[in-house]
Amino acid sequence: MKWVVLVGASLLAVLLAVASGPTRIPLAELAGSPIVRDLRVPRALLGFLVGGALAVAGTGLQALVRNPLADPFLMGLSGGAGLGAVAAIALRLPGPWALPLAAFAGALAAMLLVYRLGLVAGATLDPRVLLLAGVVVGSFAAAITTAIVSLSEAEQLRNALLWLWGGLSGASWSTLAVIAAYLPVPLIVIAVSARPLDLLGLGDEPAQYLGADVAPLRRRVYLAASLLTAAAVAVSGVIGFVGLIVPHIGRLAWGHRHRTLLPAAFLGGGILLVLSDTLARTIVAPRELPVGIVTALIGVPVFAVLLRRWVRA
Amino acid sequence: MILALEGVRARYPDTGRDALAGVSLGVSTGELHAVLGPNGSGKTTLIRVALGTLVPAAGTALVAGRPAHRWDRRALARVAAAVTQGEEMPFPQRVRDAVLLGRYPHLPPFAAPRPADTRAVSEALAACDALELADRWMETLSGGERQRVRLARALAQEPELLVLDEPTASLDVRHEMELFERIRGLVDTRGLAAVVITHHVNLAARFADRVLVLSGGAPAGSGTPGDVLTRETVERVFDWPVTIQTFDDRPQMIPLRRALPSPGST
Repeated sequence: MKWVVLVGASLLAVLLAVASGPTRIPLAELAGSPIVRDLRVPRALLGFLVGGALAVAGTGLQALVRNPLADPFLMGLSGGAGLGAVAAIALRLPGPWALPLAAFAGALAAMLLVYRLGLVAGATLDPRVLLLAGVVVGSFAAAITTAIVSLSEAEQLRNALLWLWGGLSGASWSTLAVIAAYLPVPLIVIAVSARPLDLLGLGDEPAQYLGADVAPLRRRVYLAASLLTAAAVAVSGVIGFVGLIVPHIGRLAWGHRHRTLLPAAFLGGGILLVLSDTLARTIVAPRELPVGIVTALIGVPVFAVLLRRWVRA
Repeated sequence: MILALEGVRARYPDTGRDALAGVSLGVSTGELHAVLGPNGSGKTTLIRVALGTLVPAAGTALVAGRPAHRWDRRALARVAAAVTQGEEMPFPQRVRDAVLLGRYPHLPPFAAPRPADTRAVSEALAACDALELADRWMETLSGGERQRVRLARALAQEPELLVLDEPTASLDVRHEMELFERIRGLVDTRGLAAVVITHHVNLAARFADRVLVLSGGAPAGSGTPGDVLTRETVERVFDWPVTIQTFDDRPQMIPLRRALPSPGST
């Protein structure tokens, strides 16, 4: 029953996103409209995939570091991606793929740096070191980013700031195709780790005695979650809170078994981001808010309520 | 022999001394072994070596004839189960779900729990007298109830070897006795092999077939309780005067009183 509701809500969210926008299109003409075909449909689908990927990455990372406050962007990736993107904007790199590729490269560089730092204590990624390394690498990248932005011209600065708050306005069938081809591998890597991730909650040693191979599990899930986040940030900038909030809502509604939590988080993340993006491009139409602002405006109050429930329990 | 440690030496990285030095232990099905020793004597390290999470620097640790650290962890979890100290519970869960974790080594990656798994969980709970706890939340359990549930989870793994690390820590007399009686019963009725790590000399002496006494990582005695738990050995290892009496044909230790040096005198 829960699954029927969740899948139904996913379809409704996508339909709503396709049907609404600054240009009014009568329902009967939706199917034939080029705006719908070339802009809204790929944008809604891309938003769904990105939201789902961020939520799965967040779920995996929270289990990995055994900390319910972990977020894909807390691990330094947003800093690296932001640095890459702002560098691309400042250097005026040409072509439609320059920005996403630079952001992706920045996120990967941050990921590898954090990963390397996380291994200082031995072959098992230490969750505490991992979190600290993420914060440190993120701050370092943010400092360089700000330095570049402060030396840029006003127009570039605005673009960079807008990009940093995330947006799906770059969506097209080709970006959708790239993302749809890219996501399955890291998603499957995390999905097959669902059971060992349950065990990890008990602590490293009990998890091992119940059959989890902890050191490779940590490395695998960290890399897969980071690759999901890096791809998301490359096509849509830094969209916060989806990866933090959706796993918690999933746990409250579905329990914490990753076998059901991960697919629920994927659908929930997709719904949240598609709805947020629909709001972002309609409430101030014909202009557009960065979608990261909307997810933050929705996410922060929801999170505050959750935090109260969590602390009380 | 389900577990065979032979001349094991083990050391943690960045420490100057061996946590275990020359330790041997052979455990067969239907036997209950107790490993005794004061805090820091290497008891928990022994579990890590026996279950393959720490590779011995010298000697061998075989589980069912294969080096413990060479086992695939899932396969090993179907042969050997452990109840360890210090476990985290970051997310709330019900007792039945907690015990179901013991079925994970038996479950294919994506499969839902099968009827056989549900049955194994119920049987394990019943064996630990914990069926009535099945729908309770883990964090509402008392210390004794929680240990029963963790023992049930280990039984749900359907192991041949059961390893328990200080299972009676912070339990009162009744729950201590219940737990040891239960473990003894499982060994006798199901042919399990069990290794219980404890610092309770008297419980080890009452329930174990054989005891291994560790002191500073080295063996200080190994054999039947009557042979090993002499006054000399116990006093030397625990560094306190005791007297040993016999009860039920088993040695029982009574610690003696001793005046401590008063704070003012040197």
